[in-house]
Amino acid sequence: MDGSVARRFLLGLAPWAGAVLLWYGVRWSGFVNPSLIPAPHRVAAKFVELLLHEGLLFDVYASTRRVFLGVVLGILVAVPVGFLLGWYRSARTFADPMINFFRALPPIALIPLVIVYFGVDEAAKLVILFYASFFAGVIVMYEGVSQITPLYIRVAQTLGAGEFEIFRKVIIPLTVPHILTALRVALGVAWATLVASELIAAQRGLGALIQNASTYFLLDVIYVGIICIGCVALIMDMILRRISARLLVWQERAVG
Amino acid sequence: MNIANSIHRAQFDRVSLEFKTPKGRLRVVEDVSYEINDGDFIAVIGPSGCGKTTMMSMLAGFQKPTTGKVLFDGQPVKGPGPERGVIFQEYGVFPWLTVKENIAFGLKLKANHVPLAERDQICEHYLMLMGLADFANSYPKHLSGGMRQRLAIARAYAVKPQFLLMDEPFGALDAQTRANMQNLLLKVLAAEGKTVMLITHSVEEAIYLSSRIVVVTARPARIKQIIDVPFGYPRDETLQERPEFGELRSHIRELVMSEYRAQQAQLRPASFSE
Repeated sequence: MDGSVARRFLLGLAPWAGAVLLWYGVRWSGFVNPSLIPAPHRVAAKFVELLLHEGLLFDVYASTRRVFLGVVLGILVAVPVGFLLGWYRSARTFADPMINFFRALPPIALIPLVIVYFGVDEAAKLVILFYASFFAGVIVMYEGVSQITPLYIRVAQTLGAGEFEIFRKVIIPLTVPHILTALRVALGVAWATLVASELIAAQRGLGALIQNASTYFLLDVIYVGIICIGCVALIMDMILRRISARLLVWQERAVG
Repeated sequence: MNIANSIHRAQFDRVSLEFKTPKGRLRVVEDVSYEINDGDFIAVIGPSGCGKTTMMSMLAGFQKPTTGKVLFDGQPVKGPGPERGVIFQEYGVFPWLTVKENIAFGLKLKANHVPLAERDQICEHYLMLMGLADFANSYPKHLSGGMRQRLAIARAYAVKPQFLLMDEPFGALDAQTRANMQNLLLKVLAAEGKTVMLITHSVEEAIYLSSRIVVVTARPARIKQIIDVPFGYPRDETLQERPEFGELRSHIRELVMSEYRAQQAQLRPASFSE
């Protein structure tokens, strides 16, 4: 067992080591102006500097908090809406075009309007993240729910289950996997939208850090910001996958 | 219950059912009448896709007849209920529950009021009977097809329905498992005395298990013939070697095959009434 754990760890590490090597390789190959690619060790040094003296952790916290709240609020609304659309086919044909209309709008394009209606405070950023999470989540939910087979509901009915029992004991367990998938998709989309949301006069946050660094052409800071976004997103996804694996042990193909 | 004697357990009274399709009305069941009495084991046999399952579905309460009446205990069937246990062709074992939780599902429902103390005992009984005891805490993903089938049967039996509706329950099983399941069914019926409506396309299965066979035509399903099976219970596999069994089998097989040929002929021209 120990050997296999160590091997899995090394296998997981290998692509990262490869990416760092490639990074050095590109820098030293001479094809690209080295001043445009800060060396990995310089980025690492910058990371430590920002961490110790510039409050990088606070940026991480501010962004994570925004993403977390945006996703939680977005999914809280997406779950019932997606459920109803998936459950009632007629509602779906009626709402489908509208959802696809709004889903196609890039959040960045909405920023001017969001500033007009919600100002430049925290609420405005949350609105953008909420928007992105909601539409990502609602699609996953309704696609998933519309594929629930009526068989299990019929079985429960023939065993004597009432409406409420069917909802609690059959529909909820069948919906949980779709809620978890919706959360994962929304989390990915929300991180992707974060920088856009922090375009709105954000003082702190990883998106703001990147925006400000670009004004002064601080490439190493931009790299630190990007890597931090990737890392936090990865950690959140891993936590979610753990939860999924725990909740969905019964699935044919376990998640994670 | 004073007029119980004059009321059949279940009754199809001039039942027809039509589906609306884009091409027009599709008649699936046409003018079907027969009764099922307490203790009967009715097998419904006919070519696949003829509307047998639809017939059962109406008695289970999932579909309403277009004309005619489907009665249970003298009352029109309004919806599904625990007094009519259904074993579905696709099993419908709940994948998110363990084997034991699947069996306990019906016992925990309000409609069945099974006292807490009895639930465990009933679960254990059916786990043993169906040979699932070693898998009590496994999820269905770890079970073979035959075991899932047994689980579906155990779950239906556990709420003790007086009436069982079985839709080709052994259709997907290999010959050996199928024979075992049939014998097990006969054993349970002998012990618990239930009324059964079995949908099947196997002539041998119909004769071996049932007391009366309803042969239905190709779509729309009409009654071709109702045949009393002249063998008493208990039955065992030696029955299948008796000459009377063979004669009855040839007779029914001929009926079913003629309908099968009719169905094949039907497939070329459109089978819609309008």
